[in-house]
Parts: sequence; C-alpha cells; structure tokens
Amino acid sequence: MVQLTLPKNSRMTTGKTWPRPEGANNLRKVQIYRWNPDDGKNPSLDTYFVDMDTCGPMVLDALIKIKSDIDPTLTFRRSCREGICGSCAMNIDGINTLACIYGMDEIKGDIKIYPLPHMPVVKDLIPDLTHFYAQHASVMPWLETKTNRPAKEWKQSVDDRKKLDGLYECVMCACCSTSCPSYWWNGDRYLGPAALLHAYRWIIDSRDEATGERLDDLEDPFKLYRCHTIMNCAKTCPKGLNPAAAIAHVKKMMIERTV
Amino acid sequence: MAFLTDRKRATGLGSAKSGTEHHWQMMVSSVALVGLVPLFIFTYGYALGMSYDDAAAYYARPFPAIVGILTLLVGFLHFKGGVQTLIEDYVHGFARKALIIGSICLSYAAAAAGVFAIVRIAL
Repeated sequence: MVQLTLPKNSRMTTGKTWPRPEGANNLRKVQIYRWNPDDGKNPSLDTYFVDMDTCGPMVLDALIKIKSDIDPTLTFRRSCREGICGSCAMNIDGINTLACIYGMDEIKGDIKIYPLPHMPVVKDLIPDLTHFYAQHASVMPWLETKTNRPAKEWKQSVDDRKKLDGLYECVMCACCSTSCPSYWWNGDRYLGPAALLHAYRWIIDSRDEATGERLDDLEDPFKLYRCHTIMNCAKTCPKGLNPAAAIAHVKKMMIERTV
Repeated sequence: MAFLTDRKRATGLGSAKSGTEHHWQMMVSSVALVGLVPLFIFTYGYALGMSYDDAAAYYARPFPAIVGILTLLVGFLHFKGGVQTLIEDYVHGFARKALIIGSICLSYAAAAAGVFAIVRIAL
C-alpha cells in the first residue's frame, strides 16, 4: 500500500533560526529543509535572513549567499547557473524548478525550499537520483542503427529534425518525474515523464532503426501505462517542455501498430 | 542488502509486452459510454415515476432494454478496467492481486445482476 504519511524519522521539526545580518534593511526570510545523515536527527526547517541589497535576483543566488556568508554547512547541487545543467533542481515555493532560473520576485512571502519530493535525500537539498538516471539509461538514449550505410553522415530532413524540438531540450533535472504522483507511488517500475520523453525523442528520430524494439521495451502496464495524463510534469518543467504529450504520442504509436 | 546494479533495478523483470490492449479497451469503452450514458439517462428517466406495469411494458420495447443492457455491460467493463488501474496505482504486493481478483468478480457479478433484472422486466 502506498505510504500516505511520513515515517517517524522523516517528520519535519523546527530548525535553527539564524541571526539577521547586521545593518541590513532589505531582508528576505528563507526557510530551507535541512537533513544530515550523520547526526541521526529528523529533518528540520532552518530559517535564514538574506540581505537582498547584496544578493542576486535568483533563488540560487540566495542559496549561494547563505552558504558563503551565513552557514557553510548548507548542501546543494549547482553548476551552470543558467538552466542548462539541471543540477539545482529543487522544490521552491511548492514548485519543482531550477533555483538558478527562478527569480525570488516570483515568490510572495517567505521563500521555502525543499529537495525534490519523494526521492531519498542524500543531504539537505540533494536527492538521490541514481534510480532516475538508471531508468534514463534503460531507454537507450542514443541512436541505434542496424544498417552500416551511409558510412558517414546520416542525413535528416528539416521536417524530421523539427520533430525533435520540445524533446532534445530536456536537461534531466528530474523536476517532472518527482512531481508525478504515479512516479511517487510506482517509481520503481514506472519510468516517469523524463525517461519517457527521452524514449520518445529516440523513437521519433528519423535516423533511428530500433523503433520497434524501443516500443516493445516500453509496452508494459507499469513502465509506460502508469501515466494517467495528470500533467504535473508539463506544469512544472522549468524548460517549458511537455513530457505528457510525448507519452501520449508513444501510446498513440502503440495503438497504431496494434489496431 | 542485495548487490544489484542500478541498471538491473531499473530494468526489473523487463517489459510485460502488454498494456496497449487494456489502454485501447478503456478508450473504446469511454467512447461508447459517451453515447450510451445520455441514452440511458434519457430512457431510464422517461420510465421514472411510471407504474410497475407501464415500466415493464416500456422496458419490453427493444430500444430501452438494449440501451440499458449495453450501458450496464460497457459500464461495468469500463469499471473493471478503471478499478484495476486504480488498485495497481495504490496497492502493492499480494493485496494488489487479491483486490484485482475481487474487483473483476464484483464487476461481472454487478453486470450480470443488472442484465438479469432488465431481462426479467423485459420478458
């Protein structure tokens, strides 16, 4: 049975409130999920105050400022700071998004930051994405060919290339999959929106010759058909993609070869 | 602790090579119900408030009886598929299989009871 309440050792507690920076007039309250696997304590919500006059506009700027100036133990992933690497995916103000491209001006009131939902937490804002990446690898995210000609360049028409738009832009941040209730309840077997979007990206590629095998691998009540078109994936995608539409296309192709 | 690779966990037992038929069946029954449910409401609503003899005579006519039987059959077929999906979503392990068996039995029993009732009134 699905677990509708948090286990005892995962229940949130009130954390530490860090002192306000001295001499700052333009303060913003930021509450951040903290959990350290080494101290044996339950997760807590720490409260920080960030001086907005000396901080950049994005949520990631605030996190970096907190780590640099207030609490160096705060742990989170980040790299490109421009929405390309997908590292800083987290739940901000109730929405899974990338901290680097989410402006603090979009949030009313206090800023609440949690790790991506329903994933094992490594520490603080870092989820364990091992299974998510393995699921992505299982859809064979590469071009599969069976013929050895042409020996060099495999050409693609402009129209066929256009079919990859809205698919190739995915940065595998996991915002979509971790916002999907079907993935929450059956993430061990359901591939989730991100992996399925990538699967469709290769199924629809005119140069790929493993279309049938790819569809065979997906034809499963759990791997594919756990998608109930809830649309959280499309709503939350920080890149504005629509994984639900990609999944619907895969289902359409399944019917196409059956009926 | 099982020393499985991440890829083996993700692949699991592989593809069941099924699911499309269930998906297609749900789509077909949905489309059928779009037509049948308004017809059922119309015919059943027409018979509401009638005396027993008038209602029996009304359901002895082919159209209301066939609409009623089809709605029950298609409706419970759709119900069976929907409840199975719901159980698969939320229940795991042995309870999942037991509840699916129960829901299938319930669906067929309810459909049979409904069809028997209409046939009895109609004939």
